Order: sequence, then C-alpha cells, then structure tokens
Amino acid sequence: MEALFRNVRELVERAEQENKLISEIMIEQEMLLMDRSREDIMKQMDRNLTVMEEAVEKGLNGVHSVSGLTGGDAVLLQEYMKKGNALSGDLLLDAVSKAVATNEVNAAMGTICATPTAGSAGVVPGTLFSVKNKLNPTREQMIRYLFTSGAFGFVVANNASISGAAGGCQAEVGSAAAMAAAAIVEMAGGTPQQSSEAFAITMKNMLGLVCDPVAGLVEVPCVKRNAMGAANAVVAADMALAGVTSRIPCDEVIGAMFEIGQSMPSALRETAKGGLAATPTGKWLESKIFGGAVVGSGQ
Amino acid sequence: MKFKSVFDIIGPVMIGPSSSHTAGAARIGRVARDLFGRQPKWAKIHLYGSFAETYKGHSTDVAIVGGLLDYDTFDERIKTSFEEAEKLGMSFEFIPETGHVDHPNTARIVIGDERSEMSLMGISIGGGKIEITELNGFPLRLSGNHPAILVVHEDRSGCIANVANCLYKYDINIGHMEVSRKEKGHMALMVIEIDQNVDRAILDELSELPNITQVTRIAD
Repeated sequence: MEALFRNVRELVERAEQENKLISEIMIEQEMLLMDRSREDIMKQMDRNLTVMEEAVEKGLNGVHSVSGLTGGDAVLLQEYMKKGNALSGDLLLDAVSKAVATNEVNAAMGTICATPTAGSAGVVPGTLFSVKNKLNPTREQMIRYLFTSGAFGFVVANNASISGAAGGCQAEVGSAAAMAAAAIVEMAGGTPQQSSEAFAITMKNMLGLVCDPVAGLVEVPCVKRNAMGAANAVVAADMALAGVTSRIPCDEVIGAMFEIGQSMPSALRETAKGGLAATPTGKWLESKIFGGAVVGSGQ
Repeated sequence: MKFKSVFDIIGPVMIGPSSSHTAGAARIGRVARDLFGRQPKWAKIHLYGSFAETYKGHSTDVAIVGGLLDYDTFDERIKTSFEEAEKLGMSFEFIPETGHVDHPNTARIVIGDERSEMSLMGISIGGGKIEITELNGFPLRLSGNHPAILVVHEDRSGCIANVANCLYKYDINIGHMEVSRKEKGHMALMVIEIDQNVDRAILDELSELPNITQVTRIAD
C-alpha cells in the first residue's frame, strides 16, 4: 500500500490540491495504510489526548523525580504568571509551564503519551493546552492538532530520525517543536504551506542540538529543552502566520538534520558521555545518584 | 518505510521516562516472552551502545524485565517489575557490553527454563518502535506492525509449500515472508508476516506438518 505522502512537499501539495487540512490527509493515510475506520482512529487519538491532559494536570500540581533532579518548576512558572508581570507573555509562559509539567511527570515515571518520544513529550501538549485558551478549539480540533503534528513527525521519522541515540536532541525535541509549530499554524487558521514554513523555521533553530543527559536520566537538560522547544514553536508559528518564509525548504531542513545527526559523535548521542553530562557538576550528580560506581565514566 | 502509523509518532501511551529506552525496551522483552510462549525461569540480558551506557537512568532494566513478565508499555507494574519477577521465581542478570553493534540501542535477551532456551536480539529505533533482528542466531527483520508466524524447521524441500498451503486453506494472506538457514540441510527459519491474527489451532496444525520443529506467533 502506497503512502499518501513521503515528504512535506507531497503532504502540502496534496492538502492544497484537495483543499483539505493536513490533519485530514494524515487521518486518510492512517485509514488507508492501517486498514482502520475513521471512528476507530479518532477514538484512539482522543484517548491519547486524555492521557496528555492528565499528565499536564498532574505536573501542574507538582511532581518530583526519584533522583530529585527535576520537579516543581511547572508550579513555579504558574505562580509567577499569576503575579501578572511576566515579560514574555502569558500564552508563551503557559506553553512553557505545561511542557515542563509533562516532562516532570515523565521523569517521575508517570504515564505520558510519547510525541514523538517520551523525552520530548512536553512540547506538543504544552503548546496545545496553552494555545487552546486563545483559540477556543473544539475537541475535534484538538484531536486534529495531534494528527497535524503526527503528519510532520511521520515524515521526519521515515526520512531522518526521531531517536536521540541516533540523531541527538535535534531529532527529539527539535522534531517535537517543529511538529507543534506546524500544528499551531493549522489550528490558528493558517495554510498548509504556512505550517511547513513554521516547521522549517523551528527545525532550523534546533539543528545541532546534542543529546547529553546528565547521569543518563531523561531530566537534565531534557525538561528545560522541552520548555524552550515549546517557546520556539509558538514564536515560529507566529512568524509563519505573519508571512515569513524559510529560504531552505522544509524537506531540505529535515535532510540537514539527518546529516548532522549522522556526523554527531557517539558521546553526544544519548550515551551520557559528553556535553552537559560530562561537566564537573554533571559527573558529580551522576556519582551522587548512582553511588560510587560512576556509570559509563571515561576509560 | 519504517514508521507506518501516526500512532508510532503520537504514542505510545507509556510509563516514563524514555520511549526508546523504557517503552521500546519493554516491547523487546515482551516479544521475547511471546516467542518463548511461557514465563521464562531465567534471563540473561546483554545491553549494547546507549542501552549499555544509560540503562539504569532510563529504567531500561525494569522495562525489559516488565516485558518478560508480559507487561505493556503503560502497565504501572513496570515500576516494580524486579519485585514481581522475584515473586514469580524468575532470575535475571544484566550484562553491559562494549562490543560494536549496528544500532545504538540494542539488547540481546537469552531466556530459558528447564525445557528449552531462546536467544533474541532487538533494537529500539525511536519513539518506542522496535525491530527484532535475530532469533536463535538467525538474522531476521520483523517490523512488529503485523502479526507474524515464526516456523523453525528442517531445511528440506516441501516445508515452505506445506506451510503456505496450510495458511491458504484458512484464507490467511501472507504479506511478507523470509526464509533463512544456518547451514544447508540443517535448521532453518521461516518468518511470515500476515494480515490477521491466527488461532492457536492453526499453529498446532502447522507444527504437525513434516520436518517442522517449532511454531510461534507474534500478535499485532
């Protein structure tokens, strides 16, 4: 069975020619490739949305990981916003806090929905539940937000990578942020082409991001990278909606991300051997958490 | 196309913290358990690449043991799988390896009991998705997107035709099929991806065919 799209260009062309939303093309492809009914597919995505809502709610009530490295920042951000002098604006900070909330729950071994991975699970729901307050979408539009994100993620996963071990953090939070930017554009009423511009602009600013988790835990710097991924997504969506375009086409940006991932040294691809993980404080935290035996320390 | 479904991207619903190192690891363990067909008594788990470097931090160990206990990615019992394994009398050992492998997230799981033992190599390719690359020394490619039947058999003429005929009798369509053997005339393996799940009775019928040693299935 042939896919309806293999890259972003085909996805956008199909949406424009058939005068359909990107989310609709994704739903139709899922029906075709997986031989499932629309109702069945919508129901499953609705359940995933519910998991995301519950994770954000849990995180906003305050959670802490077993290691003690992360937790409580979502609460701090919400309290700060209530004071009313947030410089970067409530919508942006709300997205950031909800992205953090999700990843804090993930780090605490709570239940989350991977989007596209667990380490990058905060960005898509974080932006969704923040933008929601401004755009007042229906439940179906919220579900469609996830299909639009999924359509772009599908292209990245098949043409590049969504694995930090294979392509660094650019493949995880980078992909998540770019997927979210594209979905925000659709929810805000932008065109399929504008979604792809938002994706390209976001991804360009995530290129080269390495995966260097302290002590190998999905905590430092993962939680804060989700925060900034969410901020990046919202700003890029605004840029695309304003009519700003990417000089480098979306699929070529994805290609560049893949190439960069291939040339990244293994120490910077989720092995906890380089980058922040290898800083004095990173090493100290590692030995504190795992006792005397420092996992994977330099030979 | 490695990723076929939107739910490979928006999903799975899972216990944190890592889709590749926790959810994917649990799935590799669960496929091993499926293929073994019953609760193993012991497990030796070799970890390579990033799995070997960071398995403690990512709870890869509890996830694989959880998979060996037949838990899904979202099963809360993953967190306490070590205790659950002890209750069930399954011993396990983790062996971080330094040898080079093609994929950074690779695990070789050797499991067994008093009746038999089995070895499986799996890789976690991102977002919780996995591939099984080797079974009992046979290289294979299983996407995990479709139900599959694995048939261990003697390398004799007619085996493949007999299995295909039997599936045809029950109107089961073959989507993808691979046959491999270690040595001419000895043990061989058929990997058959099919469009629908098959009943136990059909598997039993397959295993009654001449020169067939073992038949197992992987449900979708």
